[in-house]
Amino acid sequence: MATAAITAEREHYLNKDYGIRSWLLTTDHKRIALLYLASITFFFFIGGFFALLIRLELLTPAGDLVQADTYNKLFTMHGMVMVFFFLIPSIPAVLGNFLVPMMIGAKDLAFPRINLLSWYLYIIAGIMMLHCIVTGGADTGWTFYTPFSTAFSNTKVVEAGLAIFVAGFSSILTGLNFVVTIHRMRAPGMTWSRLPLFIWAHYATSIIQLLGTPVLAITLVLVVFERVFHLGIFDPTRGGDPLLFQHLFWFYSHPAVYIMILPSMGVVTEIIPCFSRKRIFGYHAVALSSIAIAVFGFLVWAHHMFVAGISLYSALIFSILSYLVAIPSAIKVFNWTATLYKGSITFSTPMLYAFGFIGLFTMGGLTGLFLAALGIDVHVTDTYFVVAHFHYIMVGGAVMGYLGGMHFWWPKISGRLYPEWLGKFAALIVFLGFNLTFFPQFILGYLGMPRRYWQYPPEFQVLNVLSTAGSTILAVGYVLPMVYFLWSMRYGRIADDNPWGAAGLEWKTSSPPPTYNFEETPEVTWEAYNYDQIPAPVEVSVER
Amino acid sequence: MSDSPIAVEEHGPELRHHFETVEQQRNAASLGMWLFLGTEIMFFGGMFCAYLIYRMNYFNEFAAGSRSLDVWLGTINTMVLICSSLTVALGVRAAQMGKRTLLVILLLTTIIFGFAFLGIKGIEWYDKYKEHHIPGTSFSADDLVRDYPQIHIDQSHEQLYFSLYFAMTGLHALHMVIGVGIFAFLTFHAWKGRYTPNYYTPVEIGGLYWHFVDIVWIYLFPLLYLIDRRPLG
Amino acid sequence: MFDSFPLWPARASTGAGNVDALYIFLVLIASFMSVAIFTMIVIFALRYRRRRGIEAEQIEGSTALEITWSVLPLGIFMIIFAWGAVIYFKERTPPRGATEVYVVAKQWMWKLEHEEGQREINELHVPVGRDVKLIMTSQDVIHSFYIPAFRIKQDVLPGRYTTLWFRATKPGIYHLFCAEYCGTQHSGMIGQIVVMEPTQYEAWLSGGMATGSLASNGQNIFQQLGCPTCHRSDVQGRGPNLVGVFGKPVLLEDGRTVIADENYVRESILSPSAKVVSGFKPIMPVFQGLVSEEQLNALVAYVKSLSPPPGAAGVKPREPKE
Repeated sequence: MATAAITAEREHYLNKDYGIRSWLLTTDHKRIALLYLASITFFFFIGGFFALLIRLELLTPAGDLVQADTYNKLFTMHGMVMVFFFLIPSIPAVLGNFLVPMMIGAKDLAFPRINLLSWYLYIIAGIMMLHCIVTGGADTGWTFYTPFSTAFSNTKVVEAGLAIFVAGFSSILTGLNFVVTIHRMRAPGMTWSRLPLFIWAHYATSIIQLLGTPVLAITLVLVVFERVFHLGIFDPTRGGDPLLFQHLFWFYSHPAVYIMILPSMGVVTEIIPCFSRKRIFGYHAVALSSIAIAVFGFLVWAHHMFVAGISLYSALIFSILSYLVAIPSAIKVFNWTATLYKGSITFSTPMLYAFGFIGLFTMGGLTGLFLAALGIDVHVTDTYFVVAHFHYIMVGGAVMGYLGGMHFWWPKISGRLYPEWLGKFAALIVFLGFNLTFFPQFILGYLGMPRRYWQYPPEFQVLNVLSTAGSTILAVGYVLPMVYFLWSMRYGRIADDNPWGAAGLEWKTSSPPPTYNFEETPEVTWEAYNYDQIPAPVEVSVER
Repeated sequence: MSDSPIAVEEHGPELRHHFETVEQQRNAASLGMWLFLGTEIMFFGGMFCAYLIYRMNYFNEFAAGSRSLDVWLGTINTMVLICSSLTVALGVRAAQMGKRTLLVILLLTTIIFGFAFLGIKGIEWYDKYKEHHIPGTSFSADDLVRDYPQIHIDQSHEQLYFSLYFAMTGLHALHMVIGVGIFAFLTFHAWKGRYTPNYYTPVEIGGLYWHFVDIVWIYLFPLLYLIDRRPLG
Repeated sequence: MFDSFPLWPARASTGAGNVDALYIFLVLIASFMSVAIFTMIVIFALRYRRRRGIEAEQIEGSTALEITWSVLPLGIFMIIFAWGAVIYFKERTPPRGATEVYVVAKQWMWKLEHEEGQREINELHVPVGRDVKLIMTSQDVIHSFYIPAFRIKQDVLPGRYTTLWFRATKPGIYHLFCAEYCGTQHSGMIGQIVVMEPTQYEAWLSGGMATGSLASNGQNIFQQLGCPTCHRSDVQGRGPNLVGVFGKPVLLEDGRTVIADENYVRESILSPSAKVVSGFKPIMPVFQGLVSEEQLNALVAYVKSLSPPPGAAGVKPREPKE
């Protein structure tokens, strides 16, 4: 049995200083990443709790668990918490913060104090959101459509809007830090073409965060002003236009979904080469596809408005652009698959999550083609078909990528190994639970069950029961990693510098790394994913 | 832009340890500020977008509202900001040349210009308050209806103009207040001798911010004050 | 609970089949692509699993492949786009001569009024085989009129009209759902579309308590509000003559030309200065707040009736009363 204590007291970022001040006033990007890890995990379980209540209510056609108003608050707060307090920060704030400087050979991000400020803004926003929740919450849906949110809802719309505004600021500063870091702090020899694709993915994500989030910020400010001062910018009875709100809102919120998925794609692009022992197929294609997704992602927002009252011609343009944005994602899927060809493959937990990601993201992405087709969208928009589509991508895609990344880099972050068999078991549970939860929802959507329905016609019950059953399995799958990661911090096997035999500068330093990441600034003379030069580890994963 | 570290024998106390060289640190700060200003463009941009759409649809009301603003006060404010940008640019140059006293004077002058701008804006807003042009329950555009009998003024559309007027000038004024705060910080540290020809990055990026706020006003002024100033027939 | 467990929605309109056809095509493509990717992954994972002594082969990439698997999907996507666009275009273009039903949505019910004057709440009776066009507006927030069996949906907005059309093909009762979240009873804002054989429909139509057709109600309101004072049809009054106006282009004071459709008539009543007709002064009083949505619908129907119905040349339009 491995010893609990780290024997030789080599100094690293975790044991350098102790005490709460050394954590709350840290400027070390690695510690900030862990601060974020704790916070976003907390909000993930809050959002997940709301989801469970929703699924419980939907076990029966009648509204018999909670009242209608409560249900409306449940799905609203589920969406707001999951989108703004979990999905948007998750990978960038945890894995990105931890890894971006290390992957490029830098000692820290460009602006470490702004990084800490980012976290504090997130916490302030989180406290505001929690206060909003416990004092009643909002019931507008996370989409805040007007004039309901500005002139009809009598819930905590202003508080929720302001909390999200502050969280957006946090997101902008993280993106700003990453862009400057990647531009200005690469180690000697680390050219753009040698960057890990995780970095390219985060670069693209950061561009979206910088350009898109401010538009959401001003939109929420206008909603708050309208509500508080009874203005009329979005209210037709006072000369305004509710569609203007939708355009402004979706101008951010569509690119936001690419903020949520691009980092996950970056994670998968690191995992697959490692466990196939070969370089990624089509490095430049994958790098450029990340940039293409970021650019095209800004051009398709009104595909959320095909039945909202926009003109026929607008609809045609946004539909065709939506097909264009699908191409770079398809390119990635093909390149990942091609990387497996003639590889030397092992099935570690991260690899299982990567496979799960490819499968589920492919299904979710393909259903996006349905929604981009105007004739189909008219029938399935605002139904469970859309709910299933975005959960396949957000949960089946982004969350699985996040979990895969957490398992992959856990030895680097903590210096410990998680129990591999439990990791694989949890991955399987997540995969099965996920599909049972969300596949029936495609069928429900085409049948016509609308979204945000507290009660529903009885013929939809069987599919809803299946979905709820799946969600309980999924919940177990999510709790398991939290338990065994915590357990491993004290009892897990000690990890060496590079237990996976992975490429990348972060694996050339100790696990956990020293505070300044590298004893000496590395000089890079090799290409990315140089698996021809790195021997496979003798044991890929260490069983407990 | 070279990426290899330049061997530096000595560096000032200002070099943060995660940077290799002072030049890298300065370039990072500069890029960071430019990116931040990019986000500010997108932030104001949302409101400019709303403004453009409603101006297209409700031109008459927007023109009438625009005429009710004091174009002379607006012009003075524009000159004030342009002069302040001059003092800022001269200040950066003073820092580059190590002229501490001149730098402090120029920074203080900038702050004074900033206060002048805010003061004049306060006067303008007070005028609007007196004329019942502040959106909300006591809003009334009866005076405009009276003054412009040749066009039909829909009061809810008129209120939209003033909502956007206050939102846009308010957001701009907030940025000015933040700018004044930044320059107070810079003035204090300049007086303490912190900025030298080797290290004046905060002055430079503070200056960038101030120039941006100035440019936003250069757009706001014609859009809000000069919609239709043709002499009335 | 297991009584009726449908997996496919009923198909009861002329458009539904087209939507289903594209959907099935997409399901096939998506299934094919998913299975293809999954199979390849499984085959590669098994065939190339780690074995002692066998190294991975480092492959940079292949520009030819990248181009192929960009262009081929793009081609398929363009087909899907075009197919979907054609369906959408047809769905959004009501045929001439469709029967019109006015819909007013409010939290949390649907109020419908047939041309002939029948009023319904949360229910819409229509005959099989007739084109029906819904002209809809909301009294409060955004709602959405959704009939899964017809595969159609349209958001219903406050402050303007949006339209929807269908031709039912199968008698029966079908769900009507509100599909845009609108508050507490959003999920209770449901109803039914009752499709009847034409003869049964006629019987239903004459059985109800009709209070006069929508257009004749509109005529009454027109007179009560004093509109004929300016909108004369004998000589040029202070307002434009409304006979023959509906559906035609109108030249405005500012040089623009707009089509006099439902939204134009509605806006002219509620906010007359928005689009002043060329040659006239902006003196029409504002009726915002003085007419209800139902009254607006009736007025629109009346103005419509002053023009000959499309495709019915030679039919004399209704005579306006003075």
